[in-house]
Amino acid sequence: MIVGSGRNRGLVLSARYGFLVVTAIVLVLPFAYMVSTSFKERTLVLEYPPRLIPDDPTVQNYVSAWTSNQFGRYFVNSATVALATTAGVLVLASMMAYGFARFDFPGRRLLFGLVIFGLTVPTMLLIIPQFILARDLHLIDKLPGLVPFYVGTQLAFSTFLLRGFFERVPLELEEAMTIDGASAWRRYWNLALPLSKPALATCAIFTFLGSWDEFVWALTVLNGESNRTLPIAISLFRGQHSTSWGLIFAASIISIVPVIVVYVSSQRHIVAGITDGALKN
Amino acid sequence: MGGAGRSRSRWAGLAFIAPGFCLYALIILYPAVQALLMSLRDYNIVPGKPSPWIGLRHYWEAFHDHVLRRSFVNAAFYTAVTVPLQMGIGLFLAVLLDAKLPGRTFFRVLFYLPVVTSWVVVSLLFTYLFSTDRGVINWVLVDVFGVVGDNVNWLGERWPAMIAISALGTWKGVGWSMLIFLAALSGVPRELHEAAAIDGANAVGRFRHVSLPLIRGASSIVLVLLVIGGFNVFTSVLLMTDGGPLDQTQVPLTYLYEKAFRDIDFGYGSAISFLLTVVVLAVAALQYSFTQRRVRAAFR
Repeated sequence: MIVGSGRNRGLVLSARYGFLVVTAIVLVLPFAYMVSTSFKERTLVLEYPPRLIPDDPTVQNYVSAWTSNQFGRYFVNSATVALATTAGVLVLASMMAYGFARFDFPGRRLLFGLVIFGLTVPTMLLIIPQFILARDLHLIDKLPGLVPFYVGTQLAFSTFLLRGFFERVPLELEEAMTIDGASAWRRYWNLALPLSKPALATCAIFTFLGSWDEFVWALTVLNGESNRTLPIAISLFRGQHSTSWGLIFAASIISIVPVIVVYVSSQRHIVAGITDGALKN
Repeated sequence: MGGAGRSRSRWAGLAFIAPGFCLYALIILYPAVQALLMSLRDYNIVPGKPSPWIGLRHYWEAFHDHVLRRSFVNAAFYTAVTVPLQMGIGLFLAVLLDAKLPGRTFFRVLFYLPVVTSWVVVSLLFTYLFSTDRGVINWVLVDVFGVVGDNVNWLGERWPAMIAISALGTWKGVGWSMLIFLAALSGVPRELHEAAAIDGANAVGRFRHVSLPLIRGASSIVLVLLVIGGFNVFTSVLLMTDGGPLDQTQVPLTYLYEKAFRDIDFGYGSAISFLLTVVVLAVAALQYSFTQRRVRAAFR
């Protein structure tokens, strides 16, 4: 690729594209089939042999999915919980990260070690005691009750990521502000936070996507029909309309559109977050 | 720090940490301790009713539980299939994309799409693809290629179901490995490649002797995280087979979930969760120390 004749280079390049295109097709086909099924009439969903392009596409499934079973409400439920969780994580994690990055106090290493522990502990280890805790706090089957658990679960990752970022803010800037009489809070709010916008964006995206898709905890604590979030509603859709795959996939696609929009528009932040999280510890 | 007095900054530091840490302690640390304690009790979920200490009896019970043993075997199968495939394909894609290439970002975004799509949606999608009667997979195998004579009952039998679940795990995870490898490869200095090329090394040789040793560290992290993830497979199994038929496709987490939230046996469920955590962390620690030694050996 670096040295080599022009003809050789062209050959290597087309082989590369060949492999990439084949993999792309294999990876995308299931999605394409889902989209195609969602535009098929109900009777044609299980047509045989299967066809990728529907003969007579219809948006009926989307209309039914959105209007039936309070689906619009579940969409709002998910959005509210995800936004509240994101706000909570950004505030609490950035404060914690700033405390760990910029102050020396007894037990600092121990407390930070406990935060790192949260990155490694499998969430399912905690689900039984968390359920008892939610019951004792009367947070079962309440939509706002999801938020403290989502925030608590996602705090460790953002704290870890932001601490690394705050430590790279030049100390001289902070010292200059201190000499001018700025309090610790002002240095955090007016200096550290504005300089860390990219890292904060990464944290926000991960937290939002994590709570938007969260399934197991919501499944465990929510029972009431009006409280459901989207993953719960979609998994239950299947029980209610077991053969209406077109309807199930229309609902699924409605629920993944926000994810894809967030992902495609901010994929640089996502790449940074994943690689920082995995490689820089 | 700075011009602030020492004791003042000490309190300021704690004040910054307190709100978040209190919530974290309540939601994560306290339940982690409780999980261990509950596994040692005959836990009664009715508040106020006694939950007697029974020592290690749940663990003894777990040791003789055939379904639990099968669930670990199933998770080991899933891990053994999905981890090498994800790492192999992920590394291959990363190597293909590790160069200035028109459309590079497009492919990277595309390959990562399954990773960001919710487990619920992709589990339903693969249930549909692997349907017995009119599923696309059976259509391809029976009618297009004719490799099998009759429709495979994918989700109704143990090993076919585990293959379908592993296919989903691989499809969904490849993009993640690719991304980590891509980041690691971009850290390999170009000069090393050029020097090796001048010495007459071809592309394969350059990859083996220049790139591979330098991404060993990243590989060991990917390996450990994927193995942990493999043993923690849950949502796909829950939605595709629900551990059935007759507990044939249980994995530790679906079995734990069933014990805890259907049989309401919280003590035994906690014991399973602790066993799984210990097994997974032990395997991960072993792998990590093993691969680290190889990394050091490679640089010697």
